[in-house]
Amino acid sequence: MAADFRSQIESLRPYLLRYASLQLRDAAAAEDAVQEALLAALAGEANFAGRSNLRTWLTGILKHKIVDTIRRQSRERPAGDLELDGDAADFDGLFDKRGHWDEAPDAWEQPEAALGQKQFLAALEACLRALPERTARVFMMREHLGLETPEICKELGITPTHCWVLLHRARMALRLCLSDNWFAK
Amino acid sequence: MILSCKETTRLLSQGEDRRLAFGERVALRVHLAICNGCRNLNAQFRFLRQAVQELSRDGDEKEAR
Repeated sequence: MAADFRSQIESLRPYLLRYASLQLRDAAAAEDAVQEALLAALAGEANFAGRSNLRTWLTGILKHKIVDTIRRQSRERPAGDLELDGDAADFDGLFDKRGHWDEAPDAWEQPEAALGQKQFLAALEACLRALPERTARVFMMREHLGLETPEICKELGITPTHCWVLLHRARMALRLCLSDNWFAK
Repeated sequence: MILSCKETTRLLSQGEDRRLAFGERVALRVHLAICNGCRNLNAQFRFLRQAVQELSRDGDEKEAR
């Protein structure tokens, strides 16, 4: 029974590694987080007891381990000044002096169809990798881990305003990147 | 409150992360009613959320195949 549980858990390792890597952007840190999660899962087998989907349960444990890692990292490298991540002063170049679009965004054609395509997800991943580190971290905590802003602020020791600035930058950069690299084709 | 497009992009983004105040929601609605560019942007911000969720689940599909 225990051996069976172990092998079921092991079979989910590739998925968990990918899940952790998307957030942490560092193979060694992702590996460590997954390892810790798997050990905690084995120790907590009794808590699982088939009451939910195994993958969902493991992902939940992993999420905590990932947040622990982020907390450690941000203690070692405090957030500091917004401008260090600085780019394009909030995309000023896209707007005229009155704050209206210089070049208004066009609608994307059939975005839902893109969701099912491997190449699209690869393009999205490339756009995410192109984001500055802290911008990406906050955005992925929000959208990949699904954390609420107050929790993100608490873990990173930043203000909500700082958080919203980074989330806005991430979304603006990602939509530009996808417009250029996917939807323009 | 009259919003520029630039301010609208900020509020649309924040609308994904916090509950906007009544005045902010009204101002956004007024702006979106007349601005195509910001409507497109809004749809793209929403889509980004869906797309990242798809990416988060991506590993599963690979396992299943």
